[in-house]
Parts: sequence; C-alpha cells; structure tokens
Amino acid sequence: MNDQVMDKVDDGYITPDGRKIGGTVLEVKNITLRFGGVVAIKDISFDIKQGEIRAIIGPNGAGKSSMLNVINGFYHPQEGEIYFRGEKRGPMKPYEIARQGIARTFQNIALFKGMSTLDNIMTGRFTHMHSSLFSQMLWWGPAEQEEVDNREIVEKVIDFLEIQSIRKAPVGSLPYGLQKRVELGRALAAQPSLLLLDEPMAGMNVEEKEDMSRFILDVNDEFGTTIALIEHDMGVVMDISDRVVVLDYGQKIGDGTPDEVRSNQKVIDAYLGVVSDGEGA
Amino acid sequence: MESLLILLEVTINGLMAGVLYSLVALGFVFIFKASGIFNYAQGVMALFAAMTLVGFLEGRVPFAHMINIVFGTNIHHFGFHAPVLVALVGTALVMFLFAVIVEKYILRHLVNQAPIILFMATIGLAFFMEGFGDMMWGSDVKTLDIGIPSGMSLTIDELTYPLGYGMYIDQLDIYAALIAVALVVGLTMFSQYTKTGRALRAVADDHQAALSVGITLRSIWVIVWTIAGIVALVGGVLWGSKSGVQFSLSLIALKALPVLFLGGLTSIPGAIIGGLIIGVGEKLFEFGVGPLIGGATENWFAYVVALLFLVFRPQGLFGEKIIERV
Repeated sequence: MNDQVMDKVDDGYITPDGRKIGGTVLEVKNITLRFGGVVAIKDISFDIKQGEIRAIIGPNGAGKSSMLNVINGFYHPQEGEIYFRGEKRGPMKPYEIARQGIARTFQNIALFKGMSTLDNIMTGRFTHMHSSLFSQMLWWGPAEQEEVDNREIVEKVIDFLEIQSIRKAPVGSLPYGLQKRVELGRALAAQPSLLLLDEPMAGMNVEEKEDMSRFILDVNDEFGTTIALIEHDMGVVMDISDRVVVLDYGQKIGDGTPDEVRSNQKVIDAYLGVVSDGEGA
Repeated sequence: MESLLILLEVTINGLMAGVLYSLVALGFVFIFKASGIFNYAQGVMALFAAMTLVGFLEGRVPFAHMINIVFGTNIHHFGFHAPVLVALVGTALVMFLFAVIVEKYILRHLVNQAPIILFMATIGLAFFMEGFGDMMWGSDVKTLDIGIPSGMSLTIDELTYPLGYGMYIDQLDIYAALIAVALVVGLTMFSQYTKTGRALRAVADDHQAALSVGITLRSIWVIVWTIAGIVALVGGVLWGSKSGVQFSLSLIALKALPVLFLGGLTSIPGAIIGGLIIGVGEKLFEFGVGPLIGGATENWFAYVVALLFLVFRPQGLFGEKIIERV
C-alpha cells in the first residue's frame, strides 16, 4: 500500500494560473464515520496535493465538518484509512496530529477569548517550543531564547494578516471578521504543512469575505501552504480553489476542478435541492 | 494621630490576613479555570501539604502507626531532621505525585462529566485525603517552624512609637505577606510569559482549540494540580506556622469561599483583591462596628459580604460576565 502512495509523489499538476502542484500530502481512503445509527460519512476517498487549495463543499449536513474532524483527529472513523505524507496513520489524538504539522480553524470561532491577539497566536507556536518546564519557571536560558525566536515568527504572521493594531487587544472584544483572522493567524503560526479551514467565510459580509479570500490565496502563494477548506457557499470557493470535492448526505458526489464540478449534474441537483435517489444514480 | 495609627494598624493586619485568604482562594481559581472543577479538597490539600512538610522536617516515618501494628515494631522517627529547603522540595514533589495520581485515577475518567459530578469527586477526594493524611502522619497537632520569625516587629513599634502609638504588627504576618506576594507575582509571570503558562490559559478558555494547537490536556491538568498543590503548601505553611498543623487548617478553605464569591471563580486578580477586601473589611468592621454589637463579627462578616455579592453581582468583581443570548 505504501508503494502505491510513493508512486504518486510525482503526480502533481500545473494549475491554469501556472502554479506547480506537487504530490499527495494527505489521502483519505474509503472513510466511513458513524454516530450510532447515523452515517455521517460514507465511503469517501480523496486526496490533497502539495501546494494546492482544496475545497470540500456541500449543503448543510453533508459531512464536511465531520470530514475535517476526521483529518484533525477529533473523530475516529469506523472504516477507512488515512495516509499523511505517504505513511498510514493510526488512530491519533488531536494534539499528536497538530505535532505532525496539521493546523486548523473552527467553524464557530474557537479562540482563547480572555487572551490577547498576540498570546492567541503565540499558542500556535506550542508544538515548536520544547524548553523544559524548569527552564520556563526560571525564565532563563533556552526558554527565554525560544520565547524571543518564536515571538519573531508570530510578529511576521501579525504583519502578514495586517492585525498590528489589535496585537494587545483581548480577542473576545474584537469584531467577528477580525476574530476569524486571528484564528487564521494562530493556525498559520504553527507553520503547518497542511492547513484546514472550517468555513473561514461563514457569517462574513462581502467585504470581509474578499479580505479572507485574499489572505487564503496569499498564504498559499507566499508560504506554499497546502490548504483544505470547507464552505457551503459555492461562489467564493470556486474562485480560489484548485480542486473541489463535493459531499452530499455523507457521500462524495463530485471531485475535480471548479469547472468540472460546476457542470456536474449531481452537484447541481444537490445544490438546487433536487431529490436524489440516495445511492446516487 | 494616635487614632489614625490605630486605624492603620488594623488595616495593615487586615491586609496581612487578606493575603493569606487570597492565597487559599488562588488554589481554587487555578483549578477552576483550567478544568472547570470546583476543588472542594483545596483546604485538605493545604493540610496534607503542611503535614507532609512537618513529616520531612521531623523525619517522621510515614504510616508509622500502621507499620507498628502490623509488625509489632515501635518506630516513629528516622532520627534525622531534613533541612528546610530539602523538606520543601520533598513536599513539592509529593504534591506533584499527588497531582499525577489525581489526573490518572480521577480526572481522566470523568472527562466531559457534569460539573456537579466533578465537584462530588473532589468531596470524595477531600475525605480520602483527610483520612490518608492522618494515617500517614498521625492525627496529633503538629507544630511547624521553618524559621520564619514571629512575634511583634520591634522595628515598626519603635518607628511609630514617637508618633504617639506603637503599632503592633506580627513579623510572621509580614513575612507571610511577602512570601504570598512573591508567589503570586511568580505565578502571574509564569502564566503570562511562558509557553506552559499560555497553554494553561488556553485550556482554561477552550479545550477543543487547545487540543488543535497541540496542547495535551492531561499534562496541563497535572501541572495545574501541581501548582494548586504548591499554593496549598505555601498556604499550609503560613497558616500552620501561625496556629499549628491540625485538622482545623483544612477549614481555612471555607474562609476562601467568600473571597471567591467576591472576586469571581475565574479571575486571578479577583482572588487577590477579593482576599484583601475581605481581610481589611472584616478587621475594620470588627474594629469599628464590632464593639457596638457585641464583637466576634469576624466570624460572619465575610459571609454576609459574599451573600450581598451573590444577590447583586453574582459574577463577582472581576468574574466573567454572564450574558445570555436571547
């Protein structure tokens, strides 16, 4: 099985705008997730390639967030396999997955509300900081140096996201759009090899959506970060993503470039609410 | 001038007592913030820590009574006296071990349970520790002396005497306040400026988000309970030096309750300021109003204040505001 994945390393592609996409970073195979009798995800397979922006879309309740939670380790699927960087991944805890270089944001903002923007983004560096508790308690030697080094990276993220003016503000008091941006900053600070965004534009107005789209494109462009994002609003997603997976009722009904997906009859039906016959014709 | 100095003396003594209340309240706040548990066992932890410290200092044999019964021996002491620093470090290690055991055998199995269940678990823990502490170190009243000077501060008396009134301030209270302040400053710096401190605050705010950035809840809980254990140790040492190490020490936790209602369960500055307000308030009240109504107001003053707060400002002075979305 491993060999098969290794063969895929060079199977990237060139996007219409000329970016080179590399081999598979993450591959999910035949994932099935049940909650009791409810099947949230049914036999879904897809891959995410190095450097691409991969969208997972679908109507409400399609299983998008469940899929993200499977990748991120909050949920453990009953069936199926996940390969990360070519290696099969056993059942892992979220913090172990974070240490592997997968960062995420949440649909309903999950920031540390009592902490400042700066501190929130600093927590994103958690997996990169290794000084001992003892050294930290004395605030001396490795701990101090580490704090300074990581702070520099965080400041770069803050500059990048243009949130210098709210560095010290407690995030609980910030407007929604800015909170979303801080949350993106926290995920970025981890310098992830795979960034998962759960509805990054949910509840935003048009202007905020445009800002967020720009940041997502910039992150991908400047840091080469692989991004998987979930949205149920098709419009914006189609503009910024390279490939799109479409889910409906826990099943995959489409997978391809935005244009391919747009012309897929099953996708059109799902979004227009046409009653499908379940198993998919 | 004289009455002003007397008032100052009362206020200072109130502040000193308040610092100790704050210290006990802090232990509650730390655990509540990080794990949402109201730790009923905090007072018993202070007692247990103080007993363990005495045990180390006097070289007592743990479980001596039990050993003597089972093996027919008659041992009580190892015959050495551990230096204060060694005893303190040893006790801190015991509190760390305690935190590990609590996480492993209690918290881990109660994840996602209702707060009332966690609360009941800590009541059980309190009773267990009370008995276990007695079994380990005996239930006699122990004197604790780690070399903190006590008795009237002559310097202050001499300084203020020429002004018309020699203030009586206990040296132990001064040192206790200084130690408590140092501990609070240290803990604050730790939680503000280190990775682990940030992780502690992060866990307090949002478990899921904390997990997603790679923070492990289990290790954070162990750290939090260790910190609470060390705060309990310091509280136990300071109170124990004042009035001996005995069961009543565990009841100082009750004094921390009004402080918590005042300061809010989730606020560290709240616990500190709440403690000071209660300390100063009850001393001044006793001094000013006490004689008019028969005295002994210190026994109930704090609770009445807490009650008023519960009625008019249930989230406390600095606690998180409870806003319900309609």
